[in-house]
Amino acid sequence: MKKIKLSSLFILSLIVLSACSSDDTPDPVLEEEVITTMTITLSPNGGGTDITLKSQDLDGDGPNAPVLTVSGDLAAGVTYNGSIELLNETENPAEDITEEVEELSDEHQFFYTITGGLDVTTAYTNFDGNSNPLGTEFTLTTGAASSGTLTFTLRHEPKKPNDGSLADADGETDIDATFNIDIN
Amino acid sequence: MRIVLILLLTSSMLSYSQDCTFIMSGKVSDLHDGKPLSEALLLVAGTNISAETDSEGKFILKGLCDRSYSIQVAHPSCSTKIFSVKVKGNSTRNFKLEHHLEEFNEITVTGKAFDEKSKTMNNATISRAEIERLSSGNLGDALSKISGVSSLSTGNAILKPLINGLHSSRVVVVNNGVRMQDQEWGAEHAPNIDINVADNITLIKGAGALQYGGDAIGGVIIAESAKAPVKDTIFGKTILSGLSNGQGGTITTRLTKSTKEGLSFAIQGTLKRFGDFETPDYILSNTGLFERNASVQIALNKFNYTLEGYYSLFKNEIGILRASHLGGAQDQVNAISSDVPLIINPFTYDINAPKQDVTHHLARIKASKLFDGFGKLSLQYDFQINKRLEFDIRRGDDRDKASLDLELLTHSLALDLESNLSDKLSLKSGLLGRFQDNTANPNTGVRRLIPDYKRYDIAAYGILDYEINNEFTLEFGGRFDYVHLDAFKFYRTSLWEARNYDELFQDIVVEELENQILTNPKLNYNNASATIGLSYTLNNSYDLLINYSLASRAPNPSELFSEGLHHSASRIEIGDLRFKSEVGHKFALTFKKEKSNFNFNISPFVNYINDFNLIEPTEVQQTIRGNFQVWEYRQTDALLVGFDFDASYDFTNNLGFTHQFSMVKGYDRSTDKPLINMPPVETKNELVYKNEKLKNVRLALQSQYVFRQNEFPNNNFEVFIPQLGSSEIVDVSTPPNAYHLLNFNSSFDLNMSQTSILTIGVGINNILDTDYRSYLNRLRYYADDLGRNFLVSLKLNY
Repeated sequence: MKKIKLSSLFILSLIVLSACSSDDTPDPVLEEEVITTMTITLSPNGGGTDITLKSQDLDGDGPNAPVLTVSGDLAAGVTYNGSIELLNETENPAEDITEEVEELSDEHQFFYTITGGLDVTTAYTNFDGNSNPLGTEFTLTTGAASSGTLTFTLRHEPKKPNDGSLADADGETDIDATFNIDIN
Repeated sequence: MRIVLILLLTSSMLSYSQDCTFIMSGKVSDLHDGKPLSEALLLVAGTNISAETDSEGKFILKGLCDRSYSIQVAHPSCSTKIFSVKVKGNSTRNFKLEHHLEEFNEITVTGKAFDEKSKTMNNATISRAEIERLSSGNLGDALSKISGVSSLSTGNAILKPLINGLHSSRVVVVNNGVRMQDQEWGAEHAPNIDINVADNITLIKGAGALQYGGDAIGGVIIAESAKAPVKDTIFGKTILSGLSNGQGGTITTRLTKSTKEGLSFAIQGTLKRFGDFETPDYILSNTGLFERNASVQIALNKFNYTLEGYYSLFKNEIGILRASHLGGAQDQVNAISSDVPLIINPFTYDINAPKQDVTHHLARIKASKLFDGFGKLSLQYDFQINKRLEFDIRRGDDRDKASLDLELLTHSLALDLESNLSDKLSLKSGLLGRFQDNTANPNTGVRRLIPDYKRYDIAAYGILDYEINNEFTLEFGGRFDYVHLDAFKFYRTSLWEARNYDELFQDIVVEELENQILTNPKLNYNNASATIGLSYTLNNSYDLLINYSLASRAPNPSELFSEGLHHSASRIEIGDLRFKSEVGHKFALTFKKEKSNFNFNISPFVNYINDFNLIEPTEVQQTIRGNFQVWEYRQTDALLVGFDFDASYDFTNNLGFTHQFSMVKGYDRSTDKPLINMPPVETKNELVYKNEKLKNVRLALQSQYVFRQNEFPNNNFEVFIPQLGSSEIVDVSTPPNAYHLLNFNSSFDLNMSQTSILTIGVGINNILDTDYRSYLNRLRYYADDLGRNFLVSLKLNY
């Protein structure tokens, strides 16, 4: 008799426990610090058409690779004023991450890596509070006609100051995009 | 008490007057170590015959008749048992009592007391003394003292027990009768249990303990608190320990009050604080920890019923090596190729991101009642909340916000019956219902690693124990589990389509958002598990145990739903909704000799696991953050084979030597490749000197040799490094070299007063300050393991 009582109590409690559940659907997560898009605008000193380099990865760490676009070739012997814009396009309207990076300039640094015989030089034009390079703004000076790759790397919490190389700076990579560039 | 006496009296009325002059003699001993029990009281039910054992545990009962009796054997430190005995002439009979597992002074109905553990599987127990020596460590540290058990670790503070090569969801941890539900599926989620709550820890290397679950393909760990005696007393214990490495320590204290009416109250607390640990050469930055635990136990323990309440709080904040937090594969190349961690800061007690902050609440209420001729019925309700926060290195406003914020709520209700069907046959059976609700906080700003889900479990089990005679015991058990999972999962649209889920699972889509799809997977699993075993005792000193166990495990949330970047592993992990339950078949043999100068235990095993869930790298994926290796879960058939060997020899009463050797090999049977993270061959040797007459001094020197793991899958991959203009191999596979560690520990007692003893302990771990890395440490790519460590401990019993 007691056994029956106990087992009915058992089943009853199970029902009660299950009944607690409700079927509200959860809210989607707003990804706040994701960077989906990097746009580098190169404006020729003395006027002319801006060249833009863009890396866009709307699915973040999803299976689709970032889409890289280069609007045109660079001209030989020209100095370009470069500026980098970072966006989170998972939000609507897109959130400008550049501001955040510039606010926390002492924790960030852009690095520009040139390979494959591309004849360009770069120089930082904006700095953090300790006068160490930040690099969301820079100049790029082209030499002779050539081609190669230009890689933009944003490091979070690098060693600062560093010798300008990624190997010395360490830190965590927030952005890494390599563009094929031609200089005519 | 009265009811039982009446029962015993009535049974005696069935007897007739006969020739009552027979004598029964014998010995009462401890079931576990065979030590004689003195001052045990034997009462022959229905008569006034009684006896007390002498210092050698011997007794003589006089004036017995030629018939069956019930003899109650009681001892202050053991559970009372009633044995059925058939008297025919003068006879000898030995009785064994045991410190029963699971609860205060367990009421046991007969001599063939049902073992909470398995009679036909290899059990190993860690004693209170060993636990006290490890007061500043954790469960993983304690269990790794057992042969065949190692730890899968993330640094030195997060240790997952690895039993014969298996871990996480395949290992069930039972804390004071409650199966822990602490998100144990994660390889970097350590069991949320304070080692100091345990009075003893039992490990079962297999799925033998069906009452706790049918999914313990690896094994079961049972931690239990001390039992309060049924007498008027108050006693306590405080252990204070300090360690040089980490410059911290632990204080733990326990106070117990009990009355002879069976009422008891115990309160326990632990505080553990460490700063950055260090290797022989450098500081492991951000590896401190801060742990706070407390537990309360109230029990009413009567002869035919018990009531018990238990609550424990576990809170732990653990720093994770700063240098292990990386971006993509390029960062990995730098970090792995560097001999020292890329970030080394001065020593601090501060714990910053990356870190884990885990809180676990566990409460249980249990009532047991003994019913005449029916057995012992227990009803238990337990409630657990597991809250896990994981902090990554973040930017700006999100800096102090957790990246992972999960709360797992568990309610369980269990009804268990222990009954004796006959003199030789006993049955343990039960029903279980469980409800779980997992909530992932959406305000983290990071996509949910584990989705919101509700899980319902219903289970029934039965275990039959048949003692054929004094030499043979047979054990059969069966269990059925029904699992229903109801989840709400957001998939990235790109992944949903890339994996063809848009065609396979069209019916579970709830809502399509801009770049995500909300789905409602409802999954059902019907799992059967079973055990069959035989134990054979030869000459009272050799035991042979043979066991087959079938275990079935439903896939865990991580295996089903993972989809995205797992920061602490610097890789993208992807699960699969289509997974079936994993089914293990383990054949285990144990041959052992105990209770003499020379003891040994050899336990070979073979574990076939069908639909074994493993995670392996499949490709390298490009993202705007660089390249990441993609690891996908996959089901295959696995084979694990190995053996554990233990031997001990006592040269004299004071000097003993113990040896352990364990080996396990694991293979993926579909590809014939070795399985990842299989423990390397290991041997431990220990020389112990102890002298009870000389202030109970104990000196122990231990050597641990870990071989290099030579069988491992090659998961290395190549990544293009623009700065170098070339591709580099990211070596995530090659195991580190073999290493040898020497440890020393010692202790002695000082009598402070009549009722208090102070035990002073001094030890050194890694005496030679050896540089080493362990294959089973997930942070081995980035830093060495711990260097020399001096330990001092003070234990006061009062």
